[in-house]
Amino acid sequence: MSTADKSKPKAGLFSKENRKLLSDPFNMQNPVTVQVLGICSSLAITVKLQPAIVMGVSVLAVTAFSNLITSLLRNLIPNRIRIIVQLVVVAALVIVVDQILKAYVYDVSKQLSVFVGLIITNCILMGRYEAFAMGNKVWPSALDGLGNSLGYAWILVVVGIVRELTGSGSIMGLRIIPESWYATEGGFYFNNNMMILPPMALIIVGIIIWIQRSRNTKLIEQA
Amino acid sequence: MDINSNKYTYIFSIIMVVVVAAMLSYAAISLKPAQDANIELEKKQEILSSINVIVTREEAGEAFDKYIKSSLVIRNGEVVENPTQPAFEIDMATAASLPSAEREVPLFVANVDGKEFYIIPMRGKGLWGPVWGNLSLEKDGNTVYGASFGHKGETPGLGAEISTALFSGQFVGKKIMDQGNFVSIAVIKAKPSTDHEVQGISGGTITSVGVESMLKDCLSPYVDYLKTLGQAAPAAAPVMDTVNVEVSSL
Repeated sequence: MSTADKSKPKAGLFSKENRKLLSDPFNMQNPVTVQVLGICSSLAITVKLQPAIVMGVSVLAVTAFSNLITSLLRNLIPNRIRIIVQLVVVAALVIVVDQILKAYVYDVSKQLSVFVGLIITNCILMGRYEAFAMGNKVWPSALDGLGNSLGYAWILVVVGIVRELTGSGSIMGLRIIPESWYATEGGFYFNNNMMILPPMALIIVGIIIWIQRSRNTKLIEQA
Repeated sequence: MDINSNKYTYIFSIIMVVVVAAMLSYAAISLKPAQDANIELEKKQEILSSINVIVTREEAGEAFDKYIKSSLVIRNGEVVENPTQPAFEIDMATAASLPSAEREVPLFVANVDGKEFYIIPMRGKGLWGPVWGNLSLEKDGNTVYGASFGHKGETPGLGAEISTALFSGQFVGKKIMDQGNFVSIAVIKAKPSTDHEVQGISGGTITSVGVESMLKDCLSPYVDYLKTLGQAAPAAAPVMDTVNVEVSSL
């Protein structure tokens, strides 16, 4: 590897710095709520929990592996075409993920539809390659990809749970609100149809940001 | 070697493209059979749901062989003897893009508990993308026995409601002919008052209108054939080993 890397002291696999790479994106450096990246897909595929989880896993696989590959190649990639190379790496992985979903979890792949392909344009990914993987060793890069996609995934899961519960009365397709409560069955309850629409996901993400910032005052910008 | 030289950049790009292309081709080819099987089973599942046979995708293949007794290819109201494609393989998106008289369209003949049904696949346009469906007719070629609809990306809670049983269930018992003339089934805003109307989705008007024009457009190539079904013993009907069902009582 390059001389710049060698001059750094060798860190353990789970040293403090490496653990921080994993844990930071959950809270202080969360890609969705702090860096406001990947909002588009978190609005689009969180109507139900299951597609949200599959999307989270897909992004995780793509980010971790492409961070790893980009980092492996970082000293070989010609500087002038580095963005193109990063795009090719992520596009290839996304297509593989899409093909696998179509072959083995066809129903979910239909629900995710174009959004699997749009993982390519998810700013979290390009951001991580350009900012991290191009300048760091393989292991920290893989951890960084893992951490960021997990940070993205947990937001998706929370939004997915809230939207499916309030919008459809179920979680993972299992009925939570009893049928007998519904007004159509003689009860008093209505599903909140607004929750099915994307704007409500934005509002839920907004509420998560609100809670997060009220707990971490460091995140609040100076007026 | 200088990694920023032109020569290196070219070599790097060429190697990258070849490696990635080989990898993707391998993935696409090796996963293709599993994907095609999924698509075929889903098509069978959708066809079956129009005759109220609800099965999971895994069971669809077996159930399809059990209930669907034969299939025909229809062109302009007449059975095509030597179709260019077998009925099941006809792509409705391609067929629906042709003028009505030039289409070769599939007709599936089902047999459920001794009763004969005719299933017509349909395809049209919704608000955001394609909508499709299957309509099953009773032996008289007029009365609707069941319907199922699907869509690519209609608005959840609004246009997407066409795929629910609440919407498709309305079609049961409706008639596509009025005194021997083809009238199709209209999707209207008010409560339906005749046998040729169903109620649309409020807030999903463009999707509802799309379904209406899909019905009209996709049923029309079958009209002349369906009329022959209404009369006794149509010459072109497939040979079936089934009990005759009393049509007038339906």
